[in-house]
Amino acid sequence: MSPLTGTGALVGLAVRRDRVTVLAWVAGLAFFAAATTALWAADFGDPADLLRETRITATSPGIRLLGLASGASVGAYAMVRNFVLLAVLAALMSIFSVTRHTRQSEETGRTELVRAAVVGRHAALAAALIVTVAADVVLAFALGGALLLTGRPVAGSFAAGCAVGAVGIAFAGIAAVTGQLSGSARGANGQAAGVLGAAFLAAGVGNMAGTVDPTGLRVTSAWPAWLSPIGWGQQVRPFGGDHWWPPALHVVVLLGATAAAVLLTERRDFGLGVLAQRPGPAHAGPVLRRTTGLALRLQRGALLGWSAGLLGFGLIMGGLIGQVADATGTARDWYVRMGGSDEIVDAYRASILQMAAMAAAMYAVQVLLRLRAEEAGGPLEPVLATAVSRLRWTAGHLAAAVAGVVVLLLLFAVGAGVAAGAVLGDPAGQTATLVSAALVQIPAVLVIAAVVVALCGARPGAAAAVSWAALVAAIVIGPLFGPTLRLPQWAQDLSPFTHAPRAPALPVPATPVLVLLAVAATLTLTGLLTLRRRDLVLPA
Amino acid sequence: MTPTITVTGLTKTFGTVRALDGLDLTVAAGQVHGFLGPNGAGKTTTLRILLGLLRRDGGRVSVLGGDPWHDAVALHRRLAYVPGEVNLWPNLTGGEVIDLLGTLRGGFDPARRAELLDRFALDPAKRCRAYSKGNRQKVALVAAFASDVELYLLDEPTSGLDPLMETVFQDVVRGLRRAGRTVLLSSHLLPEVEALCDSVTIVRAGRAAESGTFAQLRHLRRTMIVAETATGIDGLGGLPGVHDAHYEDGRVHLNVDEDQLAAVLRRLADLRVRTLVSSPPSLEELFLRHYGAGVP
Repeated sequence: MSPLTGTGALVGLAVRRDRVTVLAWVAGLAFFAAATTALWAADFGDPADLLRETRITATSPGIRLLGLASGASVGAYAMVRNFVLLAVLAALMSIFSVTRHTRQSEETGRTELVRAAVVGRHAALAAALIVTVAADVVLAFALGGALLLTGRPVAGSFAAGCAVGAVGIAFAGIAAVTGQLSGSARGANGQAAGVLGAAFLAAGVGNMAGTVDPTGLRVTSAWPAWLSPIGWGQQVRPFGGDHWWPPALHVVVLLGATAAAVLLTERRDFGLGVLAQRPGPAHAGPVLRRTTGLALRLQRGALLGWSAGLLGFGLIMGGLIGQVADATGTARDWYVRMGGSDEIVDAYRASILQMAAMAAAMYAVQVLLRLRAEEAGGPLEPVLATAVSRLRWTAGHLAAAVAGVVVLLLLFAVGAGVAAGAVLGDPAGQTATLVSAALVQIPAVLVIAAVVVALCGARPGAAAAVSWAALVAAIVIGPLFGPTLRLPQWAQDLSPFTHAPRAPALPVPATPVLVLLAVAATLTLTGLLTLRRRDLVLPA
Repeated sequence: MTPTITVTGLTKTFGTVRALDGLDLTVAAGQVHGFLGPNGAGKTTTLRILLGLLRRDGGRVSVLGGDPWHDAVALHRRLAYVPGEVNLWPNLTGGEVIDLLGTLRGGFDPARRAELLDRFALDPAKRCRAYSKGNRQKVALVAAFASDVELYLLDEPTSGLDPLMETVFQDVVRGLRRAGRTVLLSSHLLPEVEALCDSVTIVRAGRAAESGTFAQLRHLRRTMIVAETATGIDGLGGLPGVHDAHYEDGRVHLNVDEDQLAAVLRRLADLRVRTLVSSPPSLEELFLRHYGAGVP
């Protein structure tokens, strides 16, 4: 029996399990790319507008963090705006897919059943990589086709698809390795996502520190971008040179990582990770003896990761305040519109706090969906069999999540304040202003958190999908994108972020804050009441 | 004395599946009561209703004098539960889980915890993801038994334990009975229930098929005998207390009532018995015999 015996059957199994999920990812990403690109194509009927916008994206370091300008064309502009998002989503699709078919199957015991059949040692890994890489290739063609449909050139469209798919392929390899290192699916996904975060920052910093050519339309990245698979994808420069060789680097990563994963598989015990399990405390500490303490403990890993992220995000965004102060044209308009003030520094500070609030809302959704996972996975059963009411259990998770949100916003504000102070002077004053302005963002985040609680109570089966959809919708129709997408005001008003105060640019009005708090309270109460009245959905 | 648990006419439907169909169950205070039935008979559903985790569709339920749905928290201070499928937090250690669940319930005794860890030979410093099914079950058992409460609800608590640990478990349960505690033990193993319980309710397809003490359920305790004799089955089938006697492959197959066993053995000796195997009836055979159907 060869180590790959049974790979074909496992590929069939993976395709059967994933056909809907993968098609939904691919279709969603292709639709998003086509819709936004078509929108920009309509926007830039006048080439002068396109030149101006492209110059802004090339010269504004803040925007360079999120996209690499490669010349003045609609396609190249769409890449500046969309590429990083598409690449991150493609990477997540690959990471989840590889982990699902390797570590998660091993953790749940499915692999044990499969491996007891006539199946080789490396068949599961091979099947996972074949299916995932195939999904990335399909994604590449779907994106290429979608961009082509919007009237972009053939070469650029497929170069763009290829660049995005290549990032996915590289992260399939990275997830193959983290699936060997960690003993749990959660850990494997977390480690791979950590690499993705580092790749995002390296590409962003490399582009920020890059140089603009004399036309002011094209950025040459600095070396950190070359450390990152996302950076390599950007160096394909779709619609701005169409270099076809950088994806070779992604393939090298895939091959190298696959070799490493194979070696690790042979050196570790089945069911365990390479990173050894240390024995833990034999007794629970005083904090863990309460429901809030348990929730905090379960959220700890996520909170640490997000804390590092938001502190770093704050330092970077704060440090950019000097460039923003000199911004002109569209960039300035954008900040003024989002920040609500023509005092550009204040508008900028208000707008970055709104972005931080959206990040904190993502954290809240992630940790509060634990309510659903605890119920469906079973650990809730012994807890509720003790003298803990459903109300107290939910309140514990909610309290821990809100505490996490406050910590994250404060870390962001302190990071941004210190960095802004280093540029503009008066770090203490900057920090104080940003901290108080950060705190008034909390009610909008609470609304999102309350949506999750309401769904976990009323519609537990759909809670995860609908919660994330609601968050994405709130961000897309909110102040970050809503005005750019020219959404009608009533639609923008549906997002809680639209009603968050634009402090410190504008004074904090009482009514919207109170309305946000009332909505959050109503939704939370709905969740608690429905949870109290229904059967638990426990594993059989 | 009022019973610790009284259930009458309990019904529960999931979608189109009727999980409980008029179940009756009475558990007297201070008794170890067996709740015996095949998988899918509704044992876990009943226990979850007794805990207020599920809501009953119909019937009456009283646990420790209260309504488990409305008085869940107050009742849970006075009872401990071991789920059938123990799912724990993979990144917490067993010791942390025991302390957490014990403290959340109340009545938690650290000295008792140490004693139980020792008796069950459980390492509390391991992460839950590293425990086998049996060890996860031990975590739940120690967490439950370390609390001094009036009632223990145990859902197939020994399904992952090895025979040695099963003996430890039985000793602990006997200790609880001596201390006057009430135990409801769900199981699909007749010998386990026989070894531990004062009384038993047999549940099948969501209904109580039989209920009573083992003395009352004497007909359940027939011994199954397979013997090889030199002279055949002569007259064995006509003896009082002998059922289903037949001759097959040179062996006699008999089911014998407990009080007639001595007479049948004397008779077998007369027939010059050469080999003899006796065994308690399995649950499946009981169901076949009494309810005219196989295990669903």
